[in-house]
Amino acid sequence: MPSASSWSRNRLIWPLAALVCLLLFNFFFTPNFFHVEVKQGHLYGNLIDIIKNAAPIMLLAIGLTLVIATKGIDISVGSVVAISAGMVAIMLGGDLGGVPLYPLPVAIAAALLVSTAAGLWNGILVSRIGLQPIIATLILFVAGRGVAMVLTNALVIWIYVKRFAIFGQGYWLGLPFSIYMVAGLLLLTWLVTRRTAIGMFIESVGINPTAARFSGINAKNILLGVYVFSGFCAGLSGLVVCSTVMSADGNNAGNLYELDAILAVVLGGTSLNGGKYYLLGSMIGALIIQTLTTTIYAFNVAPEISQVVKALVVWGVSLLQSESFRRQLAGLFVKRGAVA
Amino acid sequence: MTRRLLSSSSLSILVIFALFVIMFGYGSFAYTGFFAVQNFLNLFIDNAYLLILAVGMTFVIIAGGIDLSVGSMLGFGTMVAASLVSKQHLNPYLVILIVVAIGTLLGFFMGCLIQFFDLPPFIITLAGLYLARGLCYVVSIDTIAISDPVFEYAAHHQFNVIGNNFVSPSAVIAIAVVLMGAYVLRFTRFGRTVYAIGGNEQSALLMGLPVGRTKIGIYALSGFCSGLAGVVFTFYTLSGYALDGKGMELDAIASVVIGGTLLTGGAGSILGTVLGVLVYGTIQVLIVFQGTLNSWWTRIAIGFLVFVFCSLQRVFEARKGTAAVRSVSQETQGPAATARVG
Repeated sequence: MPSASSWSRNRLIWPLAALVCLLLFNFFFTPNFFHVEVKQGHLYGNLIDIIKNAAPIMLLAIGLTLVIATKGIDISVGSVVAISAGMVAIMLGGDLGGVPLYPLPVAIAAALLVSTAAGLWNGILVSRIGLQPIIATLILFVAGRGVAMVLTNALVIWIYVKRFAIFGQGYWLGLPFSIYMVAGLLLLTWLVTRRTAIGMFIESVGINPTAARFSGINAKNILLGVYVFSGFCAGLSGLVVCSTVMSADGNNAGNLYELDAILAVVLGGTSLNGGKYYLLGSMIGALIIQTLTTTIYAFNVAPEISQVVKALVVWGVSLLQSESFRRQLAGLFVKRGAVA
Repeated sequence: MTRRLLSSSSLSILVIFALFVIMFGYGSFAYTGFFAVQNFLNLFIDNAYLLILAVGMTFVIIAGGIDLSVGSMLGFGTMVAASLVSKQHLNPYLVILIVVAIGTLLGFFMGCLIQFFDLPPFIITLAGLYLARGLCYVVSIDTIAISDPVFEYAAHHQFNVIGNNFVSPSAVIAIAVVLMGAYVLRFTRFGRTVYAIGGNEQSALLMGLPVGRTKIGIYALSGFCSGLAGVVFTFYTLSGYALDGKGMELDAIASVVIGGTLLTGGAGSILGTVLGVLVYGTIQVLIVFQGTLNSWWTRIAIGFLVFVFCSLQRVFEARKGTAAVRSVSQETQGPAATARVG
C-alpha cells in the first residue's frame, strides 16, 4: 500500500485533484451535469460534450508533450491544424452532391503528409540548423496561417462528403469517434515511448542534451522525430476540427489551439524546462481546460468571461506548481523561533 | 574600423538596413508612385502602434524574457479608451492616462509573478494574453465608435514636413517612444542592466546589479508600451474593437528578431527593431502595390525573413564558436599540435 508521501509525490496527483475539484463543484452546483442519456443511438450529455470538444486539443497535446519533454516548444501546431484542414478540404472539393474530388483516403493522406512535412520543417530547423524552438516554430506560426489562407484562397471551403463527418461528429459504440482516435494515438505513443527506450532518450535529451549525446544517444534525430510527430498530431487534429464543422476556415481553424495545448501539457505536470513527461497528465490537463470552459457555459456566464477565468486558473496553477511559491506559503505557517 | 563594422551586432544592422533599401528600391523600380517621401513617411504613420509595441518587446527580449500579452493588451487598451470616451464621456487626456496606467499595472503584475516566484514568462504572459482578450469582450462585444474632438484631431491632423508631405501625431508619438527607448537602453543604468541580465543573469546578480527590480521593470515597460500602442491604435481606427491586436505580439517579436536582437538575450538594439518594423511595413506596401497577391502573403514573407535572419545568426554564432575554440587550442598546445591536427 503506497504511503501518503509517495501519493503526494506522484506528479499526476495535482492535475487529477484539480479535475476532481472541478467535477465536484459541478456535481453540487450544476444541475444535470452528470446526466447522461442515450439519444439517437449514442450517449449524450455534458460529460460527453467535454470529451468530444477536448479531443482536438488532446491530440495536439500528445505530440506537444514529447516536444516539451525535449525542452522545446511548438507554437506552430494551430497553424498546421489550419493547413491540414485546408488541405483535406481542397482535396475533397466543395461539390454540393457530396462527390469527392479525390478519394477520401487520398485526401486524408495528403493532409497528414502536409502536416508531417510541416513538422519535418520544424525539426530540421531545430535539430540541424540549431535554431531555438520558439523561433523555429514561430516561423510556421506566422507563415503557416498565410499558407492555409493561400491554400483555401482565403475562402471558407464547405465539405459535403458525408463519410468525412465521422471524425468530428461520428459515434462508435455510443462514444464520440474522436475519442477513439485520441485513445489510439495515446496507446501508440505510450507503447513506442514507454515500452522502448525512446521515452528515456527523449527525457534525457531534455534534461541534458550534451550528456545525452556523449552517452551515445542520437540527440539530433530524437529532436527531429518529436517535431515530426507533433506535426503529424496537428494533422490528425486538423481532420477532427474540419470534420466537426464540415468546413475549412484558414483564418480561424486552430486559432489559439497551441496555447490551449501547451497549457494542457503544463497543467498535466510536464515542466517547460524539459525532462520527465506525463502523457496521461496532458490528457487530464486538456480535460481540465475543457471542463472549466463547459462549467462556465453551464452557468450561463458570457463566453468571453471563460477566457478571463482560464487566465486566472493558469496563474493559480503555475503558482501552485512553483517550488518557490509553495516554500513561501509554507513559510507563512512556521512559527517564529521554531526549530526547522 | 572595418573590424568594428563587421562585428556581429553592427553586421546584423547593416544587413537589415541593406534589406530595407533593397526592398524599397525594388518597389520604386517596379511600381510608379512607390518612390515618394510620403510613402516612406506612411511606413511610420501606418505602423506607429507596431513601433511602440516593438520597443517594449525589445527590452523584454534583450533581457532574455518574452511577452506574449502585448497584442491583447493593445486591444484592451482600445476597448477601455473607446468605452471611457464614448460611453462615460471622461476627459480624453485622462482616458489616455488611465489606459497607459492599466497597461503598466498589468505588466508590473506579470513581472512580479515571473520574478518573485520564478515562473516561466511564456506561460505567465500567455495567461495575460487570455486575460486581456477576455476583458476586451467583457467591456463590449461590439465595436465602440469614438467621436471625441481630441481623438479626431489626433486621427486626422497632419504635421507638415519636407514640402507637401505629412506625418500624423501617432507617428510623432512613435518616434518619441523610439528615441526615448534608445536612450534608456544605451545610456541609463536600467538599460545596461537589461543587457547584463540577458547576457548572464547569474553574473549580473553576482555583480550586484538590481536584477529583480529590472526584470519587473521590463514587463511593466512592455505593459506601458502596450497601453500607449492601444491609444495610438484608436487614433488610427477611431474605434475600439475586441479583436484589435490579435496576433500583433508575433508581429512585434518578428520585427525585433529580424532587427538583430537575439532571442537568447544579451544583444540587440532599438535601431535594429525600427528597421525590422520598416521592413515589415514595406512588405505590406509592396503587396498592396502589387495588387493581385493575397494579403496573406505578408505573413509568409515575414515568416521567411525570420527564418533567413535567424539561420544567418546561427551560422555566425557557430563560426565564432569554432574560431574561438581553434584560437584557444593554439595557445595551449603550441604550433606543433595544431600543425598535426590541421
